[in-house]
Amino acid sequence: MSRLGDYPLSYLAADGTRADHILPLMYYLLSVAIIVCVIIAALLWVGVRRHRDTGLAPDIREVAVIRGVPAVSWIGWGVGISSVPILVGLVWTMVALGSTYGPPRDPALTLDVTGHQWWWEVRYDSPDPSQQFLTANEIHIPVGEPVLVRLHGGDVIHSFWVPKLTGKTDTIPGQVNIAWMQADHPGRYRGQCTEYCGFQHAHMAFEVVAEPRADFDRWRAAQLAPAPAPTTPAEQRGRALIEYRCGLCHQVRGTLAAAITAPDLTHLASRRMLAAGTLLNNPGNLSGWIENPQQVKPEALMPNQFLSAAELSDARAYLETLK
Amino acid sequence: MTADVASPKIGISGAEHEAKLHELWETEPGLKGLLGTVDHKEIGIRYLVTAFTFLIVGGIEALIMRLQLAGPNLSVLTPREYNEMFSTHGMTMMFLYSLPVLSGFSNYLWPLLLGSRDMAFPRLNALSYWIYLASGIFLYAGVLTGNAPNDGWFNYVPYAERLYNPGMNEDFYALGLVFLGISTTVGAANFIVTAFRTRAPGMSINRMPLMIWGTLTANVANLLVIPAVSLAFFLLWLDRNLGTHFYMPPDGGQPLLWQHLFWIFGHPWVYAIVLPAMGIVSDGLPVFCRRPLVGYALVAFGTVSTMVLGFGVWVHHMFATGLPGLSMSFFSGASLLIILPSAISVFAWIATIWHGRPVWRTPFLFFSSMIFLFVVGGVSGFMTASVPVDWQLTDTYFVVAHIHYVLLGINVFPVIGGIYFWFPKMTGRMLDERLGKLNFWTMFVGFNLAFLPMHLTGLLGMPRRIYTYGPYAGWGTLNLITSIGAFLLAFGFLLFIINVVKSLRHGELAGPNPWDANTLEWATPSPPPPYNFAVIPTVTSRYPLWEGRIGESGIVSTLDRGMLLAEGKQTIGTTGVDSVPDIVLKMSQDSLAPVSLAAGLSVLFVGLLLKSLAVFTIGGLIVLAALIAWMWPSFELRERAV
Amino acid sequence: MSEHAISQPRDLPIGPTGRVGVGIWGMWTLIATEAALFSYLLFSYFYLGAQGLSGWLLEPHPSLKYALPSTLVSLVSAASMALGVRAVRREQRSAAVLGFLIACVLGLVFAWLQLADWRAKPFHLGTSSYSSVYFVTSGFDLAHELAGVLMLALLALWTALGYFTARRSTVVTVTALYWYFVTVIWLAVFATFYVSPYLGFGQWH
Repeated sequence: MSRLGDYPLSYLAADGTRADHILPLMYYLLSVAIIVCVIIAALLWVGVRRHRDTGLAPDIREVAVIRGVPAVSWIGWGVGISSVPILVGLVWTMVALGSTYGPPRDPALTLDVTGHQWWWEVRYDSPDPSQQFLTANEIHIPVGEPVLVRLHGGDVIHSFWVPKLTGKTDTIPGQVNIAWMQADHPGRYRGQCTEYCGFQHAHMAFEVVAEPRADFDRWRAAQLAPAPAPTTPAEQRGRALIEYRCGLCHQVRGTLAAAITAPDLTHLASRRMLAAGTLLNNPGNLSGWIENPQQVKPEALMPNQFLSAAELSDARAYLETLK
Repeated sequence: MTADVASPKIGISGAEHEAKLHELWETEPGLKGLLGTVDHKEIGIRYLVTAFTFLIVGGIEALIMRLQLAGPNLSVLTPREYNEMFSTHGMTMMFLYSLPVLSGFSNYLWPLLLGSRDMAFPRLNALSYWIYLASGIFLYAGVLTGNAPNDGWFNYVPYAERLYNPGMNEDFYALGLVFLGISTTVGAANFIVTAFRTRAPGMSINRMPLMIWGTLTANVANLLVIPAVSLAFFLLWLDRNLGTHFYMPPDGGQPLLWQHLFWIFGHPWVYAIVLPAMGIVSDGLPVFCRRPLVGYALVAFGTVSTMVLGFGVWVHHMFATGLPGLSMSFFSGASLLIILPSAISVFAWIATIWHGRPVWRTPFLFFSSMIFLFVVGGVSGFMTASVPVDWQLTDTYFVVAHIHYVLLGINVFPVIGGIYFWFPKMTGRMLDERLGKLNFWTMFVGFNLAFLPMHLTGLLGMPRRIYTYGPYAGWGTLNLITSIGAFLLAFGFLLFIINVVKSLRHGELAGPNPWDANTLEWATPSPPPPYNFAVIPTVTSRYPLWEGRIGESGIVSTLDRGMLLAEGKQTIGTTGVDSVPDIVLKMSQDSLAPVSLAAGLSVLFVGLLLKSLAVFTIGGLIVLAALIAWMWPSFELRERAV
Repeated sequence: MSEHAISQPRDLPIGPTGRVGVGIWGMWTLIATEAALFSYLLFSYFYLGAQGLSGWLLEPHPSLKYALPSTLVSLVSAASMALGVRAVRREQRSAAVLGFLIACVLGLVFAWLQLADWRAKPFHLGTSSYSSVYFVTSGFDLAHELAGVLMLALLALWTALGYFTARRSTVVTVTALYWYFVTVIWLAVFATFYVSPYLGFGQWH
């Protein structure tokens, strides 16, 4: 099973506390399910074939109608025996619900995640306002510490799910839902929107990177910093382009691009993936995405940019400095 | 005043009597008969043919999707097309096939099973079909004009609201479903009153075939929950078109209001589309096991309690929406406990097979295999009933596997078996047995090949409702297997169609009771005359045609001598529990009021769709005229004295 | 029950008679489904109110200026209907027609009062979820009312034409059932929208 559990979105293995508490119950229910199917299949197979001669009778009238034994005890035994694993499941469910439902009382980190069509807005909260910042689609958390996730609905209903770490919780406009996660081991865990939300529901993924506390603090400090100043003419032209074109929807802190209807790009180059977990973040994909997002994610809300080759090259040069 | 009270003439049938009944009951010729027939058998066949047409269309939609998903990153369909495809597939199967096909069986069979000559409300029966047809056309007019539903069959808001869904897609869907809901509701009313008031004398409530129990239970539920979904869609239409604020958060709307209203309907609905089919199995399986069903009373009890509990589990579709733990616990518990009454039927069926002498005809293969499919679907439901586990399973392909096992396993397989079983009664010919067996095995293998691996696909995290997936996730091979299985299943279904078409002309001729079965419909010719029974039977046991062979002592049922009821279009009305005759019912003639009313409603709904007051008003006036003509007290029906 | 009573019944009524027939059962199924519809509307009100923010109740103390008279009118109309039905059972044709016509006219008065109430409201359909659920619910109620008014007018006509006798009056029974149902629905709507705010619902935010 461990190989099946290795697949990025598989929840046959768990790497986080909340998912850990669900896993044994799931395996219990799965085992009961498989055993029941095997038993019923066996009963049917034997039952159907017990009287092979009548099975193949050429005329149904040859097989006399019988009164048959009442056999009601089958129902009694069947339902009676079935009720045992059901009741065990019921009690275990209540216990597991109790241990997985409640958000941690003392979260080490609080995030405000808002689901948008088709990306994830992530706001790092802090009691100190200067420690708060916005990012998108890639979430870093400290390993082994509880993280509270407040879920907000940006437009339609989405659902926040990191199979290896936590079960699903929807983002619903008009209310704040609560999820939480705590990673057991460092690693990169894929998440996925799991409530149908329109054309690109299929490409609304994200990554949760769990890292040791020191690494996390370093990452956080880097994310807080505004965008570095451009050093080459190409980067300068790129920044200007970003400001007056991309700034209509995107934010790059430290520049004039300040809109928040699309993902925050301040540290775009620090992310492993682009377009909500759709493309690996490399120069070719970045160019392709900027130039023709509709080819990668048809109907995405980012229109094709119709940039010239020079403009594209400048834009990319600047964006690659946003580490 | 003596004409108002009479003692029905008792006698045996004869050629003259049958000719008289034939003239009284047969459908009028020509267009008047075509449009105005109230013959429940003709209506039943229309329902079956229309429902199977939608099954084929929905199946083709599924196959196209399976082509798109057969491998990673394919481009058979654009995202827009895929989303419309899965939504239309869901709408077609859940609304235009799964209940109407059972209504078709019930319409055709109920009076025959009950020893009666017609349903309680023959014109209402016709109306329910015409509205079904009209609303189906209305909904597919949307599909064919590029306005197919695109938010899934369950249609969550806010995505269904105009801000995010500006086209007409959702308006077609919302209005079409409100329209269709009228058909389902009037059908439900008809079934309930028929079951309680028109059973044969002596057919007390514990002697009714289980198909009656199953359908009756389902229809009581429908009567009470269809208004929830009709209201939900109507409020959505208002939000989209008249600026109300039911579901969108600014100004107090609540997205979850939609989910509650929809699932308060939706969960009982899924029981409504399987309980009648379970009744088919409960009645059909004993015939092929050559013995009465084990535990009839318990199965009847299990049917009703499943439906009752079914009203109390709807929140299990909403476990991920952030509800309070306490309320989720209650619904989780109820969702686990509801397994138990279903288990009653499963063990009753297995015991009947085990302690019977099964004869492996095609209907038997479908009825017995369904038990296995039921259990697979049931145990995956068992897994999703647990809240924390559902947080992982929900909205993945695990649930898609679950729903297809329960829907095909507990609806489609019994339906196909039911066609093999009753085709001789309906047409006078047998379906081909060899082709039938091939049909069965292809469907069974194809279905399991498609949907068994899908459980694993879900456990590997594949979400629902995605038009494509990347190669990284490990879902490619499993999806390919599923797609292959789906095509094999479709091929099996094609064999079924071929068998039906072939056998209509060349099938072996069947007598009244080719299966040596035990309920009243098998006492009539194949196909039955328009009046069903020349003489009203009196019933004294559950299996009137098997009396004397299953060792029951006491008075036997009388099928050949009884009330003649030939002074007009008459059948007997009886009391609810004990089925004692208390009134002679006058049944209505063919009438154009139902089809006119359906036509008027169509115009009315088109008026709403187009937001045209003029069209709406014209439709409304036609509706009013048809209703008044229909309701005008009739002397023939003894609704008035003059 | 003897076998004969079942298989060879004697002296059965032919067609709907007094209280025996299938039409009455049919009306009960209509009532059941429409009652369910209103239950879901009232559920929507309570759900939206419970989930709503402070100030959801646009009228914390809804004006009873039209609603209270409406309730009275509704009850009197139902009584008039009952008297009309009784007159039919006693073969008193003119009394019956009068009873039905009065009930019908009172139904129109009710509708007029409802429309006046709507006009007097300080909000409109699209103001908020409260106003939406108020207008849609009372709108459905009004629609059922008006359908009943039409039914009553027809009933008066048919009674005047002499269609019904004490024995043959199932249409009267069925229409009366519907009219009483409409009254009950109004009482439920009244209790929900006009009374529950005074009892504290929606006021706790």
